[in-house]
Amino acid sequence: MSIHERRRGSWIITFSFIVAILLSILPLPPGLHAFMPSWLLLTTIYWSMALPHRIGIGVAWGLGLLLDVLYDTLLGQHALVMALVIFLTLHLHQRIRVVPLWQQAITIYVLCLIYMLIIFWIKGLQGVAPDFWMALISPLISALIWPAVFVFMRNLRRYYQVN
Amino acid sequence: MLMTLDYRTDTVRSIRAGLSVIIYPMQYLVDLPGNFISWTRDTFVTHYTLQEENTTLRTQNQILKAQLQKFTFIEAENVHLRELLQSSKRVGERMLVAELLSVDLDPFRRQVVINKGSLNNNLYVNQPLLDANGVMGKIVHIYPFTSTAILITDPDHTLPVQVARNGLRTIAVGTGSDNQLKLLYLPNNADIRVGDKLITSGLGCVFPAGYPVGRVTTVNTNPRLPFAQVLAKPAAKLDRSREVLLVWPSHASQAKMQTPCSRTQKTAP
Repeated sequence: MSIHERRRGSWIITFSFIVAILLSILPLPPGLHAFMPSWLLLTTIYWSMALPHRIGIGVAWGLGLLLDVLYDTLLGQHALVMALVIFLTLHLHQRIRVVPLWQQAITIYVLCLIYMLIIFWIKGLQGVAPDFWMALISPLISALIWPAVFVFMRNLRRYYQVN
Repeated sequence: MLMTLDYRTDTVRSIRAGLSVIIYPMQYLVDLPGNFISWTRDTFVTHYTLQEENTTLRTQNQILKAQLQKFTFIEAENVHLRELLQSSKRVGERMLVAELLSVDLDPFRRQVVINKGSLNNNLYVNQPLLDANGVMGKIVHIYPFTSTAILITDPDHTLPVQVARNGLRTIAVGTGSDNQLKLLYLPNNADIRVGDKLITSGLGCVFPAGYPVGRVTTVNTNPRLPFAQVLAKPAAKLDRSREVLLVWPSHASQAKMQTPCSRTQKTAP
């Protein structure tokens, strides 16, 4: 495998991250904010599962930092949590990849829940803790759309032969 | 570590500003559809509607001008009286119209992005943000092209207010839900009623005094609790306004004046 072949498809990865970021700042009616899945986290989890040698903790940390500036939260809070969740994903990726989609969705639920709970915990330390039950909704939505995200991203990856 | 730095100090502000430049095209892109819709609404409007709007605006302008005549007189009188009392003068405030970008920030906070940044305006942190109806919030971060502001309904925002009817001072805290403010530390026998108008008291030295904040919606006195539970509805259309006003209050532009605010502004970080 030549170096040129190994680096194929960087632009499609970048593009998917940009789309995920755009989705996460999409304006919504006020009541629906809490139901928004963590688009960027889902995309990063997919890429780190599919291409663990390319998308790792460093990329996740950088993306989390971007998310912090985007959401105007404490610089580093999303970065830390993204890095942690991607660490777990990298640790588990060989086990997650082989199971059927609905079982993957359960794992995704747990990962997103960890993400949300730590975010809520950091918010709590700052004194602006939202309602605790809100933390459970967004991971649920993320897990529910995971099969669709997974199939879409897999087709994208195969079509453009990202490897 | 980075979080602590950001929470306690200002050292990482440049990192934030640098990253915001990368982010700006994306925010602009997300804002485009909303922008496009308002552009089409402005463009494909009939002659008749425009004429009608023009007439209404002209009438309104006349009325406002008439009111302003009285206002200038009262202002002059006020300055004169204050001179007699030998207290500090209140100088006029400078304003700038900014537009909100329709992008979402952290789902659990109440914040907005405006399209004015440090590049061609001398904004400052804690600068008040108003709309046509009342106080909206204040600026928290300034980036080259955009700035983010915290709304008065954010749970982290407190605003010193007073009741317009009797000057009763209290603090309005955001609840995190839209269109609701909570008034703190009002004793059960406080003279406050449903429908009372709230205005800024100017005590925090962030907001100029006298701007409308909201209206009291519920007053709940429970003898078991030390304070009354009072809720208010913000006057500003927090979820609907697209144009906002940035204010340079007099005490910020004229720091040499010996008002209590100019002193606190110098010592505050």
